[in-house]
Amino acid sequence: MSATVQSSAAIAPSRRFGGMFAGNARAVIERGLRATMSSNYLVVLSGFFEPVFYLLSMGVGLGGIIGSIEVDGTSIAYGAYIAPALLAVSAMNGAIYDSTWNVFFKLNFGKLYQTMLLTSLGPLDVAIGEITLALLRGGVYAIGFLIVMNIMGLVLSPLAILAIPAVILIAAGFASIGMAFTSYMKTFQQMDWLPMVMLPMFLFSATFFPITIYPPAIQIMVECFPLWHGVEIVRMLTTGAITPMIWVHLGYYAVMLSVGVVVVARRLRALFLD
Amino acid sequence: MSFSSRLRNVAMTIGFFAVEHPSLLDYVFVSEPVIRAKNIVKKYDEFVAVDGISFEVQRGESFGLLGPNGAGKSTTMKMIAAVSTRTSGSLEVLGMDPNTDGPAIRSQLGVVPQEDNLDQELRVRENLLTYGRFFGMSRAEVATRADELLEFAQLTDRANSKVEPLSGGMKRRLTIARSLMNDPQMLLLDEPTTGLDPQARHILWDRLFRLKERGTTLVLTTHYMDEAEQLSDRIVVVDKGAIMAEGSPAQLIRQYSSREVLEVRYGSDKNASVAKKIADIGERQEILPDRILIYSDNGERDLAEITKRGHHPTTSLVRRSSLEDVFLRLTGRSLVE
Repeated sequence: MSATVQSSAAIAPSRRFGGMFAGNARAVIERGLRATMSSNYLVVLSGFFEPVFYLLSMGVGLGGIIGSIEVDGTSIAYGAYIAPALLAVSAMNGAIYDSTWNVFFKLNFGKLYQTMLLTSLGPLDVAIGEITLALLRGGVYAIGFLIVMNIMGLVLSPLAILAIPAVILIAAGFASIGMAFTSYMKTFQQMDWLPMVMLPMFLFSATFFPITIYPPAIQIMVECFPLWHGVEIVRMLTTGAITPMIWVHLGYYAVMLSVGVVVVARRLRALFLD
Repeated sequence: MSFSSRLRNVAMTIGFFAVEHPSLLDYVFVSEPVIRAKNIVKKYDEFVAVDGISFEVQRGESFGLLGPNGAGKSTTMKMIAAVSTRTSGSLEVLGMDPNTDGPAIRSQLGVVPQEDNLDQELRVRENLLTYGRFFGMSRAEVATRADELLEFAQLTDRANSKVEPLSGGMKRRLTIARSLMNDPQMLLLDEPTTGLDPQARHILWDRLFRLKERGTTLVLTTHYMDEAEQLSDRIVVVDKGAIMAEGSPAQLIRQYSSREVLEVRYGSDKNASVAKKIADIGERQEILPDRILIYSDNGERDLAEITKRGHHPTTSLVRRSSLEDVFLRLTGRSLVE
């Protein structure tokens, strides 16, 4: 008797994923890009300049006084030392802006995800789509920054081109964790915790000086935070001093990304499909 | 050829057709319910939002859930729309279980939620395009459909406008247009005209009535009796998570109320005392703080009787019974409080 049911224009999604995934994250990304075009993309661009300003002030200004520093036995210009770290930071910033504040508004005020989940999209489509958007923003910032670095002569190795996929992975890791964090936030006050984590991480993750300066206990603490791993990856690639440790750092981000996606999808389900 | 032999020919043709095309005949003659709810319950921790309600909705029917705020209408709608998991009971929507086949069910539904949730970051037409894309429709398909629906929602001239400056009625029409993007088999409307001015409501009712005429199954919740009467073929009255009564608007009025209602007012401090003296008039009375309602088949006659006894009301009104009276009868409370 069910053969009599005429089909609507929508493509009925596969039932394989228990209602979690319709294989249509593309539509979520498309909506995000359209919204960015439609609203003010100058706001999006502004986030790019923060690490550039740091590079100019610290790298050029402070670097003029410091000259070069010794890392693992090789001497390296201060600007070339901090530039890859700031590249990782720009990827992080882009991803975090998009996956925290923007997601917070869409979640609590725009009711966007609620609306998306009225359609045949599943929570995993929304999670993957929104995380991809955030990482795109991080990726765009990072590519822009890499160009600035190149112009300033701070790229020391042709391997730096590999920094592009690397920063996209870094952005993806931060985007998924950022969105997972935001999915638990209900008020503006809670969102204020974010800078409390972001600022120290930015300042102390071997961004401006090697972590060997700290006592061992603090070094281990820094090594737990994601930005340090990101800085290490990018610095290895732009300076050419690659060690097998890069696989550990890359692995860290792969885990971060996977955990984030799963948490986000589950949270969306709990929030809007329960 | 005689009439009876012609009739026999027709019957034979139908019989032959039935053997050859059984599924088509099923479609014509067997009406499979699009919603089948049995004892569905929704609990949030301790709070019971929906307390074991059962009903069926047939294809092409226009079905209304009428009840006051907090009666469990929206929760019921969410369970049907496969965005809320029921705690117990059995529910079938388009032959599938919303608890397990959410996306498949949602792909065949149009949903107009209670709160306005249009995409403020997009323009009017873009809202339709992106929504269609969420259903996996092609770009060409969503473009054609969006233009048709803008026409239907009388918003063609606002296609490239932002959403925010639209009036409440326009936003609602856009939300309805959006819900039709995937050409749904069934449209769920949660309080479709709450917060709209009378003119906007009538425009909206007209649009919904057209959908009904085209055979779209409508399921709506409302706490406005006039809306329920305008749009529903059949209504269930819900209160405190349970069904109080079921039937067409006319049936419900016939069953639970009288033909006419006489409303008399004596001022809030005198209503109760006058009511005692005229208690024998009419079939039944409801004494509200601001007025006395007298249910009978002839309001004018009763009013004459009251005046004859010397109780001249400050104002009086004779009207036909409405669903509001049905609700009052069933629950002892009015719909809009």
